[in-house]
Amino acid sequence: MYIKQLSVFVENKGGRLAEITSVMANADINIRGLSIADTTDFGILRLIVDKPFEAEQKLKAAGLTVSLSDVIAVSIPDKTGGFAETMKAVSDKDVGVEYVYEFVPRNASHAYFVLRVADNEKAVAALKAHGCELLEGEEY
Amino acid sequence: MENRIFNKEMECMSRKDMEALQLERLKALVDYCERNSEFYAKRLAKAGVTADKIKCLSDIEYIPYTTKDDLRDTYPFGMLSVPMEDIVRIHASSGTTGNPTVVAYTREDMEHWSEQVARLAVAAGATKNTIVQICFGYGMFTGALGLHYGLEKVGAVVVPTSSGNTEKQLKFMRDFGTTAIVATPSYCMYLAEAARGMQDKYPMDMYKLKYGILGSEGSTPEMRAEIENHWGNGFFCTDNYGMSELNGPGMSGECMYRDGLHINEDHFYCEIIDSASGSVLEKGATGELVVTNLTKRGLPMLRYRTKDITNINYEPCKCGRTSARMHKIIGRSDDMIKVRGVNVFPSQVESALIGMTEISPNYLIVLRRENYSDSMEVRVELIDGGLLDRYGELVALQKRIQDNIKNILGIAIKVTLVEPNSIERFTGKAKRVLDLRNQ
Ligand SMILES: [Zn+2]
Repeated sequence: MYIKQLSVFVENKGGRLAEITSVMANADINIRGLSIADTTDFGILRLIVDKPFEAEQKLKAAGLTVSLSDVIAVSIPDKTGGFAETMKAVSDKDVGVEYVYEFVPRNASHAYFVLRVADNEKAVAALKAHGCELLEGEEY
Repeated sequence: MENRIFNKEMECMSRKDMEALQLERLKALVDYCERNSEFYAKRLAKAGVTADKIKCLSDIEYIPYTTKDDLRDTYPFGMLSVPMEDIVRIHASSGTTGNPTVVAYTREDMEHWSEQVARLAVAAGATKNTIVQICFGYGMFTGALGLHYGLEKVGAVVVPTSSGNTEKQLKFMRDFGTTAIVATPSYCMYLAEAARGMQDKYPMDMYKLKYGILGSEGSTPEMRAEIENHWGNGFFCTDNYGMSELNGPGMSGECMYRDGLHINEDHFYCEIIDSASGSVLEKGATGELVVTNLTKRGLPMLRYRTKDITNINYEPCKCGRTSARMHKIIGRSDDMIKVRGVNVFPSQVESALIGMTEISPNYLIVLRRENYSDSMEVRVELIDGGLLDRYGELVALQKRIQDNIKNILGIAIKVTLVEPNSIERFTGKAKRVLDLRNQ
């Protein structure tokens, strides 16, 4: 039902992002999706990768503060208003959405969205009822 | 806890009588130093001070300060004021740099020292029935033997276990029915944790521990509460203060009300000065503690600069003692920084961060001058990945640290979360302040 997302604490200093992504590249880990939330002081880098557990180990070994959490990956129908409808399905059930970003799984013909919500179970039920396709396990 | 006073006459004397006694003793001390101490005779002559020039206590300001450097420069016996045959004890503190500081005691000095410690031990709960383990390391350090003699004077049962060997310590505690311990706060905590770790075999009610006489290193109220909770059963701990230059432990100690440390004023005349200018501050002000040991003869101390920052309250205490009380040491004058006119000590920032598991204990204070005003930033290392899931939690953590520090310092500061291990670590004394204000 869920996929693994890595969150990495990064100070806003130049070159840090390049460093982190090269840790991934050196370990032969593919980054499928990425988002950065930041203030003037620090940021949180969110990553969807093909080998999340290995990536977590590598980043920790590189001295970074990292966490791994379950997020929902939902396929959005490729039509006008598709995204809005999907979001509405979730918000109608009173589930708060904290952030959303796009990612492209391996061999996929269209984009998926990573959804971080206040209540995973409720959101999944709502999305399924709405007929959405969810990604799970390690199929990305 | 029963409120006992070891020497009512001295500890509950009226302010007027105390000042008269202090003046009399100060005159005698200056006279003694002139006649017996080559070191002080020279120094007093140079400053033009003689015993009859001391007409009131504030005339002490004619006397130059004594510093730790004086002790180092005269190593080992240059400040001795009696022939060696009159000395009965020598202690030394290992300096991190240069010569150790050596202190020496006559038999009379030893009597006074024991009396001073006995008073604080009784204020901390000791009686004839107390069985006390002294878990300070014995040796050249004054802590263990100072408490040892003082507690013997009270009539307590002294068990000189010294430091270390935790399992043996706990075994004696259970088998002897030990009721008090003398230890550093961290060792007292460590013992409690070790005792809890063996609960299956030795339940906590096998310990009869009631009092902790803690010293030798500072502790925050939070740490103290934690220690007391760990021992449980109403375990109660107090702090005391002293340093080998001023005999050792025994200068001051807390009573059951723990609202400042009662000073043995008949032995120690205290002043508070501005560290930078060296001028004496008014009563109640916060600054560097300067102490004159009024009764010491083997190696006298006139106006010794402790480099410890505190303030003194002269109001009588609820416990019945009228002796002045000094605040727990707020910081070291060497570490003091001024931010927007406010004195700030790294130790205060540290106390605001203690117990927070989201961050490492490492921190850095960065000072800048922006728009002609000082700004202070505290950098802390985020180590808890669990907070990364939700952005708001990081912001909340930042705000919580900011508020904690503001509550203690009274000035607004900025907190920056940084990556683990990104603050430089120094072996030994950590460098906690980066001052960029003059750049
Ligand atoms: Zn009191």
